Amino acid sequence: MESYFYTIADRLQQLLSGEEVYTAWFEGEVSNFVRFNRALVRQPGSVAHQYLNVDLIRDRHHANKTIALSGDLNVDGERLKSAIEALREKLSHVEPDPYLLYNTEVASTSHTSTQTLPESTAIVQEILAAVEKFDFVGFYADGKVARGFANSLGQRNWWEKNSFNLDWSLYSEGDKAVKANYAGFEWNSELFREKLNKCTEQLQIIQQPSRTIEPGKYRVYLAPAAMKEVLGMVCWGGFGLKSSRTKQTPLIKMREEQMRLHPAISIQENTGAGAGPNFQSQGFAKPDRVTLITEGQLSDPLVSPRSATEYGVETNGANDSEAPQALDMAAGELAASDIEKQLDTGVYINNLWYLNYSDRPAARMTGMTRFATFWVKNGQLVAPVNVMRFDESLYRMWGDFLVDLTSDREMLLSANTWDGRSTSSVRLPGAIVDEFTFTL
Amino acid sequence: MFDTVESRFRQINPEVDFCSLRLVEERSERISVRQGILQPVQDKLDVGAMVTVHDRGGTGYAATSDLSPSGLSAAVEQAKIWAQKTAGSSVFDFSKVAMPAPVGEYSTPVAKSWDSLSLADKIDLLQQTCTSLKSNDRVVDWEATLWYTEEDILYITADGARVRQKLHLMAPQLRVTAAVGSNTQTRSFGLFGESQQGGLEVLDRIRFRDRAPQLSEEALQLLEAPNCPSEKMDLLLTSDQMLIQIHESIGHPLELDRILGDERNFAGTSFVSLDMFGSYQYGSELLNVTFNPEHPEQLASYGFDDCGSQAEKTFIIEKGILKRPLGSLISQARAGLPGAIANARASSWNRPPIDRMANLNIEPGNQTLQQLINSIERGVLMRTNWSWSIDDSRNKFQFGCEWGQLIEDGQLTKVVKNPNYRGISASFWRNLKGLGDSSTFELLGSPFCGKGEPTQIIRVGHGSPACVFANVDVFGGD
Repeated sequence: MESYFYTIADRLQQLLSGEEVYTAWFEGEVSNFVRFNRALVRQPGSVAHQYLNVDLIRDRHHANKTIALSGDLNVDGERLKSAIEALREKLSHVEPDPYLLYNTEVASTSHTSTQTLPESTAIVQEILAAVEKFDFVGFYADGKVARGFANSLGQRNWWEKNSFNLDWSLYSEGDKAVKANYAGFEWNSELFREKLNKCTEQLQIIQQPSRTIEPGKYRVYLAPAAMKEVLGMVCWGGFGLKSSRTKQTPLIKMREEQMRLHPAISIQENTGAGAGPNFQSQGFAKPDRVTLITEGQLSDPLVSPRSATEYGVETNGANDSEAPQALDMAAGELAASDIEKQLDTGVYINNLWYLNYSDRPAARMTGMTRFATFWVKNGQLVAPVNVMRFDESLYRMWGDFLVDLTSDREMLLSANTWDGRSTSSVRLPGAIVDEFTFTL
Repeated sequence: MFDTVESRFRQINPEVDFCSLRLVEERSERISVRQGILQPVQDKLDVGAMVTVHDRGGTGYAATSDLSPSGLSAAVEQAKIWAQKTAGSSVFDFSKVAMPAPVGEYSTPVAKSWDSLSLADKIDLLQQTCTSLKSNDRVVDWEATLWYTEEDILYITADGARVRQKLHLMAPQLRVTAAVGSNTQTRSFGLFGESQQGGLEVLDRIRFRDRAPQLSEEALQLLEAPNCPSEKMDLLLTSDQMLIQIHESIGHPLELDRILGDERNFAGTSFVSLDMFGSYQYGSELLNVTFNPEHPEQLASYGFDDCGSQAEKTFIIEKGILKRPLGSLISQARAGLPGAIANARASSWNRPPIDRMANLNIEPGNQTLQQLINSIERGVLMRTNWSWSIDDSRNKFQFGCEWGQLIEDGQLTKVVKNPNYRGISASFWRNLKGLGDSSTFELLGSPFCGKGEPTQIIRVGHGSPACVFANVDVFGGD
């Protein structure tokens, strides 16, 4: 894909006229996708797609177009030609954009991982053999994912990785299940078996009679996968400059009323330790780290090039939506072996699900427990808990009622495949929270 | 291009039990003006094809943007490999289902084409609308958007099926945010509700040009409003909240692939089981729900689904009794049920069809909005969804709206902000006690419903009258 992208970039250059400038962003993947249900294959397949987004610029007038590339230069050359002609026609009708900003300091990079994975069909057979005794449902994705940037100033950036992501659940009955994930860049059969075995241990507890708890306030443990859902809600406008300046951030009380979270809460956008590319669609490099929250207080926002010009600050390489891609939350002091003991009596929550805001300016959110949620008594997991709805504010969960964060953190590679396979990741600890409110 | 690709596909002799090709060309344009500044105009051209093979009892797919003879042949071969290599471990013996071989066409009626208005005129329209949104210094963000899509789909099979469908989709949006200190309130219109099929006439149908002043005024009113009270009371929902209520707590739980367990790892399962169909009291006797592809302007109308099943209006719930699931041909066969609802849908060429609700509507009753209001001693009216959450079995839900207004002694009284309510699907619909007439009915739709592995975002339509529910747990913000 890399050499073809460069060929396309050169072809674009040839199509320019006069003072025109282009920037181009490439997203491509060659993926295998296999769905499983009841330890059998539901839907196996392969997808290869490549998209190029071209922004044509002339005297601050600009417009952009995304085209699907076929991989055939004759076909794609014609699509590029048509795209440039259509964009050129648009430029005469659009006003100059006061907030246009693209990188003009050429900084080319290339990163291609060299890992190879076993054949997908072989991995599928290995998975099926390992799970045949279980009600296994899940999704396996593998293959190459690539991102590229080019502009008419000669900058070229390329990032490509070969990765896999197996996301699964083992069900006992009804909605009772244990959820797990194994993702990375090198398939290790032993590691897969270890993760599966760990699931089966929790599955034994899930098979105990369920307990229904009454709405009210409980001491809870939020495992890293549950914390990821809470953090995901904060990411919805919480860290971007635009949402902050337009007062739509869920952290507005931190900005306007100097509210703060617990001093143990420190969050960074840690591109250097993330799983995705370190450049963005206007050609700016992402710094290794941007500090978003330090010891419970708001720090720097993520600033896209567009927001940078609109609000008169420097960009820090954020994407257009100013959403984090490689979040990193600081660890606490609670040892993994002490989690149940420290929780004592309460609810051990492995996963949360379908979060949304009850009152966005108050950072108050609702959501459901899902998969393996356990009642813990005197430091022992004793029974699965039927699904419960919570309604709680971030200032209580990660503020007044945060007891401790775990000293171990988990690196979670996103299994999302919305427009394509995600390159985002989060690294975060678990947390013990007091007075956590269940409502339904 | 379509004829060429069709000819190339027909020259491939795949020697399998079943082979289909779904070719999709989608063109879209998005124009937006925010705070009086034209945002970068965005066009998209997406072209590609998916080949599906059933062979030796297995199934497989391969999606490619390489539509050359060798590209299509490679896709057929790849799909065939998947089908054959997983045939012995498939959830279903695909040789047991007879795939339809339809021949037909469908297209959205368009009265005013997108191109009948120049780009400059469209920008001008958005500039004027955007200006109307900024009515006050307390308005801190405001934006007007037009997003238009044309989708051209060809579905053919090696045994002669041929369906061509051309859809035209309009998703306009207005959004205004007002704030004082940390008190922020937003009102919006379009996109998640008033998206429809058609051309520029959609803007006239939904009175897009007239909406901005009221929307802005309402955002300012919400700034001054108290929080919605917390108590059990009657709840009156207008169509633009009923959309999400239908979607999450009727549509998803009735999708047959969820009931069969396919989605348990991601989108979730269902509180509904196969034995409930035909007898389960889903709602009160007022509740009549149809899969209805017969309104051509509704967002998810079409002639055939992505496996070739013909779309026909079907009652899903009748007088409150659950009649049938939203099951595609293959899911119905897997479940041992006859027939199919034409709900096998894919979001694009690079995603496989799965069970997806399309237009799922509640049939109107016979009360005007005023009669519904008059029937309530103490309650709240809620408009325009802005928060949604439901458990993985689609039972325990919580929804929030942009706009709330108390109803006291049969009269609308004060405006309240941050109105939310929560309930349980299995009991909520049985408390449906008032159903609006056709004057309260709106054919709404949203371009965004996420489901599946790999994940797909698809268009759905939900038409509903205003509805009254008794004894609902209602609450406000902090």
